[in-house]
Amino acid sequence: MRLRGTSPVAVTGFAIVVMLALLALAAPLVLPGSPTAIASALALRAPTAVEPFGMDDLGRSVLSRVIHGYRVSLGVALASVVMAVLAGLPLGLFAGYAEGVVDQLIMRPLDILMAFPAILLAIALTSVFGTGVLLVSLALGIVYVPIVARVVRAAVLATKAEVYVEGARAVGATAPRLVLRHIVPNCVTPLLVQASVLMAIAILVEAALSFLGVGVRPPTPSLGLMLSDGRGFMLQAPWVVVFPGLAILTAVLGFNMLADGLRDWLDPQQGAARR
Amino acid sequence: MSSLTYVVRRLSLAAPLLLGMSVLVFGLMRVIPGDPAVVVLGYKATPESIHAMRESFHLDEPLPQQYVRWLGGVLHGDFGIDFRQNEPIGRMIVDRLPVTLELTALAALAAALIGVPLGLLAGARRGGPADRASLAVGLVGISIPDFWLGIMLILLLSLAAGVLPSSGFVAFAEDPLENFRHLALPTLTLAASRAAALGRLTRAAVLDVVHRPFVQFARAKGLGERAILVRHVLPNAAIPIVTVIGLQVGYMLGGAIVVETIFTLPGLGRMTLDAVLERNYPVVQSGLLVVGAMFMVVNLLTDVLYGLIDPRLRRR
Repeated sequence: MRLRGTSPVAVTGFAIVVMLALLALAAPLVLPGSPTAIASALALRAPTAVEPFGMDDLGRSVLSRVIHGYRVSLGVALASVVMAVLAGLPLGLFAGYAEGVVDQLIMRPLDILMAFPAILLAIALTSVFGTGVLLVSLALGIVYVPIVARVVRAAVLATKAEVYVEGARAVGATAPRLVLRHIVPNCVTPLLVQASVLMAIAILVEAALSFLGVGVRPPTPSLGLMLSDGRGFMLQAPWVVVFPGLAILTAVLGFNMLADGLRDWLDPQQGAARR
Repeated sequence: MSSLTYVVRRLSLAAPLLLGMSVLVFGLMRVIPGDPAVVVLGYKATPESIHAMRESFHLDEPLPQQYVRWLGGVLHGDFGIDFRQNEPIGRMIVDRLPVTLELTALAALAAALIGVPLGLLAGARRGGPADRASLAVGLVGISIPDFWLGIMLILLLSLAAGVLPSSGFVAFAEDPLENFRHLALPTLTLAASRAAALGRLTRAAVLDVVHRPFVQFARAKGLGERAILVRHVLPNAAIPIVTVIGLQVGYMLGGAIVVETIFTLPGLGRMTLDAVLERNYPVVQSGLLVVGAMFMVVNLLTDVLYGLIDPRLRRR
């Protein structure tokens, strides 16, 4: 895989993702104010030069809460995708490499998980695990395991048919060597694309779960929670719902653009058609 | 393979999947920590009331027996009664199903009517201004959180402009006009991101076809661009488009939970979410199974449909 012809879409997506990640990491250093400090005198104060996103109903800085919200959003998304890859990669490798009975034993139960709409399964799992940052990450991770396993399995099946894998097998390469040296590297790119798409979806689903009251618990600043809290005041103070929503949109857009760009690299022919 | 055997084979694959889904939802509701009787009765719990509840919901039976009892009931349309109001769950589902079905069907129609033409337009004029604009709209469209879009629509069109109602539901049989007015914003909310996704994939499907030799041949023999698009490109792009519409409808069944909650529509999704919030496990269990089964039926119909469109796919 050569990194030729990087598209402006991919570069913009990458830039957005990196900037937001840095912002989330450096939140305590760059914040104009505390995300949880209550100042009732400032309740629902309109945006000013100092507080460009305005104040919420308890006089908390919306900008501050949005940036802290990113820590939760990106943290939950990253944790869930990492968990899904840690479980889904080996499952997909085994299923694709062994085929037959092993394949059936691994993939059929995963089909059951995929038989539910993702957000519904996530709600069902949080009703078992409970709410909070870690448990929501765990629930999302489980929802994504079958998706990762399918992507990896498909890549394994495609790679196995390649001549160089046949060749390696013919000269006596052992199964672990075949898988690790020849097959896994071919799963990396599709997995990266999928991971980027899953990050985008995870940010959306975490926000939705928190919005519905089955995700992150208050007072942890979460973008979804800010939207559900702000609904009651949005006519007087639209900024309490406009900015958290735009914040979610920006992050999701960044990961979707990154995924589009990665996909173009993965499959130059299709990529050229798409551009 | 004939069409009929193909359909039958597809259907036979659905049965074990449904069974697996029922085991999963039943199992999930049973691994929740704590005694459901204690959780539901809360501070009012006395040893007698706990005992009575465990008795009436058969909570003391071994799990396999409870499962078989539940599944046997479900197969006869009896979903049991809920923990809170002792209402038959089957009745609750029948009351709420039409709302979710109407919302999903309207949103699917809207998404298809918006997304497919946009994708065709973009794909046919690749690289042109319409194409570039549609790429940008598509990317933003799939990235908009639907619940935020719903909130913004309520803010602008209901609260500020007062054009459309922001909550509640009126049955079609009662007043068709009010029914549509109440479903307008929810439909738009649910359809927007799916229309964007559909547009993107329609465009990709068209681009995949326009370079094929038969299209070049049609152009070489002097056929007009419009005729090429309608007669040669569209039929060949139809299969991926149908598949994607199926996937989007499935996605909407999940999205309906969020949309029904924002617009306070009495649908299946909100019923399931409310049941999760008040720990009404029998309702959660049945709600999950019914929505999951609907999701599966949509996927199945999609499979069957494209098997019928393209006989080559039946061999897989």
